[in-house]
Amino acid sequence: MSAPAPLRALRRPLGAVAGLWLALVLLAAVFAPLLTPYAYDVQSLPDAYQPPSSAHWLGTDEFGRDLLTRLIYGARTSLSVSATAIAISVFCGMVLGAAAAWFGGWLDRAVTVVVDLTWSFPEILIALILVAIIGPGTLGTMIAISVAYLAQFTRLTRAQILTLKGETFIEAARSLGAGNAQILFGHLLPNALAPVLVGAMLATGDAIILEATLGFFGLGAQPPVPSWGGMMSAGSALVFKAPWVILFPGLTVAITVVAINLYGDALIAALDIRAKLRTGP
Amino acid sequence: MTALLEVDRIDVAIGALRLLDGVSLAVERGQILGLVGESGSGKSLTALAALGLLPLIGGRVTAGAVRFDGQDMGAMTDRQRRALRGRRIGFVTQNPMTALDPVQRIGAQIDVVSRLHLGLSPAQARARTLELMTQLRIPEAAAVAEAWPHQLSGGMKQRIVIAMALAGDPDLIIADEPTTALDVTVQAQIIQILGALVRDRGVALLLITHDMGVVAQICDRVAVLYAGRLAEEGPVAQIFAAPSHPYTSALIGCIPQEGMARGTLRGIPGTVPGAAAFPSGCRFHPRCPRASDLCRTVVPPLTGTGPRVACHHPGGPA
Amino acid sequence: MTAPLIRVEGLTRRFQTGGGLFARPREMLAVRDVSLTVQRGEVLGVVGESGCGKSTLARLVLRLIEPTSGKVSLDGTDLASLSAGALRRMRRRMAMVFQDPYSSLDPRHTLAQVLAEPFRVQGEAPPPGRIPEMLAEVGLPASMAESHPHQLSGGQRQRVGIARALALRPEFVVLDEPTASLDVSIQAQIVALLADLRDRLGLTYLFISHDLGLVRYFCDRIVVMYLGAVVEVMPASGSAPRHPYTRALTQSAFVPDPAQRREIAPLQGEIPSPFALPPGCAFAGRCPRATDRCRVERPVLDADPVHPVACFHPH
Repeated sequence: MSAPAPLRALRRPLGAVAGLWLALVLLAAVFAPLLTPYAYDVQSLPDAYQPPSSAHWLGTDEFGRDLLTRLIYGARTSLSVSATAIAISVFCGMVLGAAAAWFGGWLDRAVTVVVDLTWSFPEILIALILVAIIGPGTLGTMIAISVAYLAQFTRLTRAQILTLKGETFIEAARSLGAGNAQILFGHLLPNALAPVLVGAMLATGDAIILEATLGFFGLGAQPPVPSWGGMMSAGSALVFKAPWVILFPGLTVAITVVAINLYGDALIAALDIRAKLRTGP
Repeated sequence: MTALLEVDRIDVAIGALRLLDGVSLAVERGQILGLVGESGSGKSLTALAALGLLPLIGGRVTAGAVRFDGQDMGAMTDRQRRALRGRRIGFVTQNPMTALDPVQRIGAQIDVVSRLHLGLSPAQARARTLELMTQLRIPEAAAVAEAWPHQLSGGMKQRIVIAMALAGDPDLIIADEPTTALDVTVQAQIIQILGALVRDRGVALLLITHDMGVVAQICDRVAVLYAGRLAEEGPVAQIFAAPSHPYTSALIGCIPQEGMARGTLRGIPGTVPGAAAFPSGCRFHPRCPRASDLCRTVVPPLTGTGPRVACHHPGGPA
Repeated sequence: MTAPLIRVEGLTRRFQTGGGLFARPREMLAVRDVSLTVQRGEVLGVVGESGCGKSTLARLVLRLIEPTSGKVSLDGTDLASLSAGALRRMRRRMAMVFQDPYSSLDPRHTLAQVLAEPFRVQGEAPPPGRIPEMLAEVGLPASMAESHPHQLSGGQRQRVGIARALALRPEFVVLDEPTASLDVSIQAQIVALLADLRDRLGLTYLFISHDLGLVRYFCDRIVVMYLGAVVEVMPASGSAPRHPYTRALTQSAFVPDPAQRREIAPLQGEIPSPFALPPGCAFAGRCPRATDRCRVERPVLDADPVHPVACFHPH
């Protein structure tokens, strides 16, 4: 029995590097209070604008707060908001997409029209409108991101289920007398899951950027709670005076998003091998 | 008469896996050689080797030689080999559904072969195309030439693929399971057309098939391949009358025939081994009713002058 | 003669395809007015070329798709009259083996899960020890229970498909080209296995195939289909075909004996499109015996109790 695909993805060099970075960021976010000697919200004006040093590895911001501490706490906000939003999006998208593909008819047409409509707007626009309605903050950002990506997962799930519906093993299950629920939950959704999860993985990278963008506009997590976007927003006024304030959050976002994409690619490759084996020689 | 295509004890490998082991065949002009075996026996690989197309799948000839009309194909440049394919060697693929370009009209796809290889003008090429199509008994050739692939049935498409293989006026045609994807009545038509081609034009035909019925119907000689090695090779009449290799007789015995009592058809136990796990000695021994200790350890050499057979215990039907 | 296990009467299935803003939907009759019976313990073969409706017939008989008209009864019970629950319980008594062993098993399931599905669908769990027993029944080692389908060869997968079909000890099994995607050597193994199982379990088969030679070897009676309709029902395997189409099918099959080479006069032309059936006999365009009558009038299966044929000029 071979290892599951997420582990096999680590056997590829790029997948391993990306996985290492993601693990590092995740662990840092989880154990933030244990790792950081400073508090993320205590201001110390005498320490303001310090460049990177042995005391403050990444320097300090305009209020004298340790940047590394805020980045680590920011990872908590950014990752949890993006991941939760995508999880909500995946769940709702799978329910909608599966229902549309399975029942067809007017439900399918309605879902398709709505999905195509939202698909024609950029995610950022949808998110901005929603945050404007709900109000800025973590919850608003989360809902905005999940709605912005809903169309993607609805489409993906619908397409997967439609393809799988034509497979002989579905007909075989019918010939045994399996009902709709047994076929949907026993065969269709488990088989549709892998590609949707890879899609979710890749979308999480986009969601981190979207979260940072909303944060940059001041619509994300509200101060003093740090978020990567909010930190970059604060740093944008200090580009010449203290470039590290915007540089490090920006780099962190960029590296994390690239890592997610690389790991996602490795995951796709790992899953493809299995798909090939599945279709036989 | 020297053979037009001579495959001389070739070994073929992909990576570290040796898939063909000392396979030899010869096809003469005006002759049909049937190459048979189960899937995984190396039939298509032999065809690719004869076409010089092994690099396409990452394979290479590691020993022996393929000679076409006396010339060693391994010593040719890529350019020379390319000039040979389509011009002197025509290839008919297994699946006519995917062998044609869906966005080109039928006629244009055949024209291009004779324009490229024979240097014909567009008008000459089209005249040749229509002539070939008529020879292949395609009704209303001019109308079909203007059609798109999706408008044609499977049998008609396979005739178009054969017309493409013939357009360069080849001396040798290699056909890889040309009728497997077709209905039986259409298969009968195509097999007749191929047989007539060899008779009328004197081309050589290497026919790859898994169907011993097809071999018995049109082939002059037959080569039986098992797990990358030649099991038996010789004239069809002799081999079908008295197959020496137990694998050959088992393959013939797999075909249900008129008047066979129910229960007599048993098949061949087990499956063709993968190249990573070829058995020692004679590779057929785990499935063979006549296997002895000798078969398990010593590779049987290919012997004989008429039919050649690689078996320690050759004989009549098992 | 006792009452048949399966009785099919006037079964017809119409399919519509296409149709949109500017195109009128096209209609085809995949199965046209098919009636047949399968006796208990019998192997009834259905043979025909692609597009003749044999696979649609298989699915109609098991009520996997709904007929446009006509009816199917199993042991006297009209399948169309059953409620969803009753139909599910009825599925214990009938099963199907599919053509493509590569896509007929869920790639995510282990063999144990595949073989447990028939029980789970009926709301049961497989009795202890039953899964290894099922594997053994089709000649697979019990150690394979935790394997996934992609680890098996085509022949092994088809054995799993057969084991799954037989899980609940059905009386009637539809075999839809169970060997068409396998090597001849494996085909013979599978056919031998099916014959053994039939003898041991007293099964009744509807065996669908495009291979007349195979059907003649394996089946007690043979239904020949052409373009959705039955053209001939041949009794015992030795009998000579009466319909010109069946005769052409017989002659198209090559015998593995070079001494018996025949100069076949292959059928001219190809099967007409089912969307544009000719008004008379569907075979008239390719038939060497066709007369004017065949082109305007459609022959129906005659009343011959042993060897009925639908032809104005039978052999």
